[in-house]
Amino acid sequence: MTRAAIIRKNAAALAPAPHLLDYEVERRRFSWDAVRAELGTMPGGGINIAWAAVDRHLGTPVRDHVAFRFLGRDAHCNALRNDSRRDITYAELARLTNRFANALRSLGVGRGDRVFLLASRIPELYIAALGALKSGSVLTPLFSAFGPEPIKTRMTIGACKVLITTEALYRRKVASIRAELPQLEHILLVGEGGARTSVPGTRDLATLMEAASDAFEAERMSADDLALLHFTSGTTGTPKGAMHAHGAVVTHYATGRYALDLHPEDLFWCTADPGWVTGTSYGIIAPLLHGVTSLVDEADFDAERWYRLLQDEHVSVWYTAPTAVRMLMKAGPEVVKKYRFPELRFIASVGEPLNPEAVWWGAQVLGLPIHDNWWQTETGGIMIANTPAMDIKPGSMGRPLPGIDACIVKKTDTGFEEVREADVEGELALRVGWPSMFRGYLNQEERYRKCFSGDYYLTGDLARRDADGYFWFVGRADDVIKSAGHLIGPFEVESALMEHPAVAEAGVIGKPDPMVGETVKAFVSLKAGYTANDELLMELLGHARKRLGAAVAPKEIAFLPSLPRTRSGKIMRRLLKARELGLPEGDTSTLESGA
Amino acid sequence: MDEPTLRKTVFDTLRRIAPEVTPADLEPAVPLRDQVDLDSMDWLNFLIALHDKLGVDIPESDYQKLVTLDDVMGYLKARCG
Repeated sequence: MTRAAIIRKNAAALAPAPHLLDYEVERRRFSWDAVRAELGTMPGGGINIAWAAVDRHLGTPVRDHVAFRFLGRDAHCNALRNDSRRDITYAELARLTNRFANALRSLGVGRGDRVFLLASRIPELYIAALGALKSGSVLTPLFSAFGPEPIKTRMTIGACKVLITTEALYRRKVASIRAELPQLEHILLVGEGGARTSVPGTRDLATLMEAASDAFEAERMSADDLALLHFTSGTTGTPKGAMHAHGAVVTHYATGRYALDLHPEDLFWCTADPGWVTGTSYGIIAPLLHGVTSLVDEADFDAERWYRLLQDEHVSVWYTAPTAVRMLMKAGPEVVKKYRFPELRFIASVGEPLNPEAVWWGAQVLGLPIHDNWWQTETGGIMIANTPAMDIKPGSMGRPLPGIDACIVKKTDTGFEEVREADVEGELALRVGWPSMFRGYLNQEERYRKCFSGDYYLTGDLARRDADGYFWFVGRADDVIKSAGHLIGPFEVESALMEHPAVAEAGVIGKPDPMVGETVKAFVSLKAGYTANDELLMELLGHARKRLGAAVAPKEIAFLPSLPRTRSGKIMRRLLKARELGLPEGDTSTLESGA
Repeated sequence: MDEPTLRKTVFDTLRRIAPEVTPADLEPAVPLRDQVDLDSMDWLNFLIALHDKLGVDIPESDYQKLVTLDDVMGYLKARCG
């Protein structure tokens, strides 16, 4: 196979016929109102994401279709053991989520209350997510690999009233911070392997569910009522809670159709954890809107397991991430040779730019190229994508979906202006008005306002657009670290390190890594009286990991006599990074002398 | 290599990645990643470091067999002689 700059598609040969066949025609005739009308409203009026995802199907044959296929961690280890495999139909999902909504109601929890989830990919997480939405509560899924510190920060900012977690995670990560969370009224626990729990100060979820009725009418919400609160990280300050409304469901539906090309008989596998926005928008909501079956695997990544799941579960549409693709590439061709994927028809990837080698690897090894797409926590859904019928330019994030206007903007003296010429680098911006655009950062109005200029939402990503309208990612406009597709705020990591008595100052950067994009590297200088040695290094690493968890903590820490600062006292992360990479140091005119 | 030495090597390797771990607290038959906060990269680095220290080849297809400390010990013992 030669590696041309473009992978040509023959749309006529694709079966089923892709939803987005003629890009220009579809863009012209697209309207959000038409999609909204197609999705409809609740009987009697109003909208609710969980109604649209689940209850809307009850009067149709989709009712008996499997909504989720859950695989426990030991499923598939041995072909003879199938006990940790659980199928839930749309009708069952409606009843279970009704029970959960009633359980919340029995605790006096409903419209506008903040409900947080902290669990691995177990059925209870998905039931709780949809049940909470039904009840009108505002849902925040947290990543279960967070340590106590990121959990506490987010629960405090989000004014968490109810937490659903497992007994094990509660003991490891929540019990120690509970006293610092005065707004937290209820903790509902899932026991190990379905066992009942009896932990003081908490409730057993299974017992509550049993006592609850399985009849519930989803709360009628308006399109502007808050539904989801997803945390993301900025360069400075605390994490930001991006607010999304029930009306976002219109984007989830449209993008499930165009960017993932979901058709009724698809077996869809989104490998993202619901602790991040992809795992909620596309791991829970979008596939249900389309009535397809979603595979949910609780196990962590394992190359052989993943190939076996693709084969044995007959996955037809697969949405994964560059880090996972690169880990599969690293596992080598011997593992994949044992498996066949005749049903697989579309592969998409998100999280960070997919390198051209990975796109080609898909074509050669899996028989299908991998389609990169782009979006953010703030956009709520996929904005720019390589779609099935569209030629792929490997390395590009694709073109804006119908209903999305993207452009490149440049800063001017008075604000920002659109760059019309092709192949000019600038900040990627989106014209406001798509339904899943975030409605604010919780309690941070100023930070929200700064994201906009005139009609444009400024994404903070640097990109360029080529003459064919394809967008290419260039880098971040700020110091945010992107590791395995997740944003990590350097400030959060620095703050945790600064809590250690030995640390005088800390500066954190993203260090390029071939597997995960960037890893977190910390530079610290020590207070007088402390000696930089291996023992202290390990102590600091352990300290950071205990507070932040593996997903956020640095992978590497280095000692420096002092950190470079601006004259106004800000640590120059950009300079730390340039020095780490052996790059030119750029403009150092603001550097404090001697650093 | 005798078992205590091997066990110490495994713990030392783990503690380079997750220094917060107290070996005595680990249940040998419970999945290691349920007890220690290890992301995919940590886990990969752990297996690579074991390979580097012990010279034992751990092919990718065997990764799924290595879930608990007992699994890891048994696997390495059979290959370290």
